[in-house]
Amino acid sequence: MQVTSSVREPLITGGKTLKDVTHDVSRQVEGKPTLGWILGLLVAVGTLLLGSLALVATLWEGIGMWGLNKTIGWAWDITNFVWWVGIGHAGTLISAVLLLFRQKWRMAINRAAEAMTIFAVICAAMFPIIHMGRPWLGAYWALPLPNTFGSLWVNFNSPLLWDVFAISTYFSVSLVFWYIGLIPDFATIRDRATGLRKTIYGALSFGWDGAAKTWSRYESVALILAGLATPLVLSVHTIVSFDFATSVIPGWHTTIFPPYFVAGAIFSGFAMVLTLMIITRKVFKLEDYITIGHIELMNIVIIITGSIVGIAYITEFFIAWYSGVEAEQYAFINRAFGPYWWAYWAMMTCNVISPQLFWIKKIRTSIVATFALSIVVNIGMWFERFVIIVTSLHRDFLPSSWAMFYPTLSDIGVYLFTFGLFFTLFLLFAKFFPVINMAEVKSIVKSSSEKVNK
Amino acid sequence: MERDKNFVLGVFDDEDVLLDAIAKVRGNGVKIHEVYSPFPVHGIDDVLGYKRSKLPIAAFLFGLLGTTLALTMQFYMMKFDWPMIIGGKDHAAFPDFIPVTFELTVLLAAFGMCGVFFVSSNLKPWAQPRIFDLRITDDKHVVAIDLATNAGLGEEKIGDILKSSGASEVNKKSFE
Repeated sequence: MQVTSSVREPLITGGKTLKDVTHDVSRQVEGKPTLGWILGLLVAVGTLLLGSLALVATLWEGIGMWGLNKTIGWAWDITNFVWWVGIGHAGTLISAVLLLFRQKWRMAINRAAEAMTIFAVICAAMFPIIHMGRPWLGAYWALPLPNTFGSLWVNFNSPLLWDVFAISTYFSVSLVFWYIGLIPDFATIRDRATGLRKTIYGALSFGWDGAAKTWSRYESVALILAGLATPLVLSVHTIVSFDFATSVIPGWHTTIFPPYFVAGAIFSGFAMVLTLMIITRKVFKLEDYITIGHIELMNIVIIITGSIVGIAYITEFFIAWYSGVEAEQYAFINRAFGPYWWAYWAMMTCNVISPQLFWIKKIRTSIVATFALSIVVNIGMWFERFVIIVTSLHRDFLPSSWAMFYPTLSDIGVYLFTFGLFFTLFLLFAKFFPVINMAEVKSIVKSSSEKVNK
Repeated sequence: MERDKNFVLGVFDDEDVLLDAIAKVRGNGVKIHEVYSPFPVHGIDDVLGYKRSKLPIAAFLFGLLGTTLALTMQFYMMKFDWPMIIGGKDHAAFPDFIPVTFELTVLLAAFGMCGVFFVSSNLKPWAQPRIFDLRITDDKHVVAIDLATNAGLGEEKIGDILKSSGASEVNKKSFE
């Protein structure tokens, strides 16, 4: 027996029954692709192909094609890497952390958010792999494999190596978590289908039959995976921040980086979830499942994490002054008022000021405003990483080697490639996989739909 | 009569009616083969008398294996096989080994547990499930009762018990 407070807003509107849930979610898998979807896919694949020109050229010529110089050895590549990994974090937060907190509103959005996580991590992983220069040899540099040096192992003291383990564990555990959730829904599509589709979804559903014993194990697996994924997601961005925090570069050598990076990751991730879900719910007519209530709750998460990030920016500045270390103080003054002032203030405006607009209920329940602000936040979070990385490096300890960073066509093209890849994968997912976790949503139809609460 | 071939199916629309019905059916001395649902029904394990899953134990043991392997690997490589001084640290810089140890613990715990789940529930791409009713993955709960294990009761009696406890339909299903 489930008891729900009568003052809570219903999570599912429109008086949906179990059959409606099956129908509303399965229909876009079964129907012909819509014109909007085809156009979207064409744009995404076009971007992917355009970007692959830059990618192939970069792999052929080497990463000298990038705008890096001897002062600025990390720029767009690592900025994009951290940005994509950060975006990925929202998926795990929604599916794992909100599961542990028994937040039922996660059920309508966790499937798509987890898919976003997986695709974002794939895009992120592209950058360190390309940055290896000769990625086909990369396995020897990144993994503890025996080699002809008899064996000279990888360096387990290096945060870059920790990152290899963190990102690959994060990717594979998220993939398994996502797939186990998909199995019952694939079975639903299998049981509605005939012919080839039945064979394909039959294989994807792993022979799921809905037995109570299997459901009981499934729930137990989901709970333990959530328990494992929660510290995992915190560890991933913590370790990403160690790439910077364990160095001695002024502006990077900061103990608040781990929590500050994790908050920033969730902040940008929720913004990307909103961007994608606002389009998905409209295109697939899922407004009864992903309601304004869901959007409002995600916007509240954005206010909280955005404020944490804002406090972190101010704390960094304060600590730089309070430390009395001149190099540290200069790094921060240079960030805000040096040649990259525009990047710093773009970051401040997009990440600290704009999410505060969500305190106004009218704005956080407006779809247009949410959509616009979600893009603003993602631009801001890209600038945050750019500011941290490039402005800390470009004026190093020796004024004669001070430099500026100018992106080349290769920098821009490879970034474009990951956009093409991300949206191609997401569009394919949205068409061929059930975008809402039907089984989980069905379990709350009785307790949280509009009908019951009336 | 042979086991696992001929079944009486009670079809239910509502999970709360289902839970009460299972208790009633079992109270009448009927042995339930299995209950099939479109979504996880909370409390169904208790009324069916299922024990708690041992999967968390599997996860813990695989996690322990991950911890052990990760620490052994790092100490062997960094301290014994090719010791190097990096940043003036001890060869066996234990705090530096914690991130990789944590990641491998999580990795092995998650994969080990999911592997056990797939094997114990017979989930595999080439599995051919027995489907009692196509609506199980849509909107109906089905209580399957094997006629052979309830030989003393007979088909009609079982059907009556199911009907009286709230089943919306009572069907028969036979497998070859």
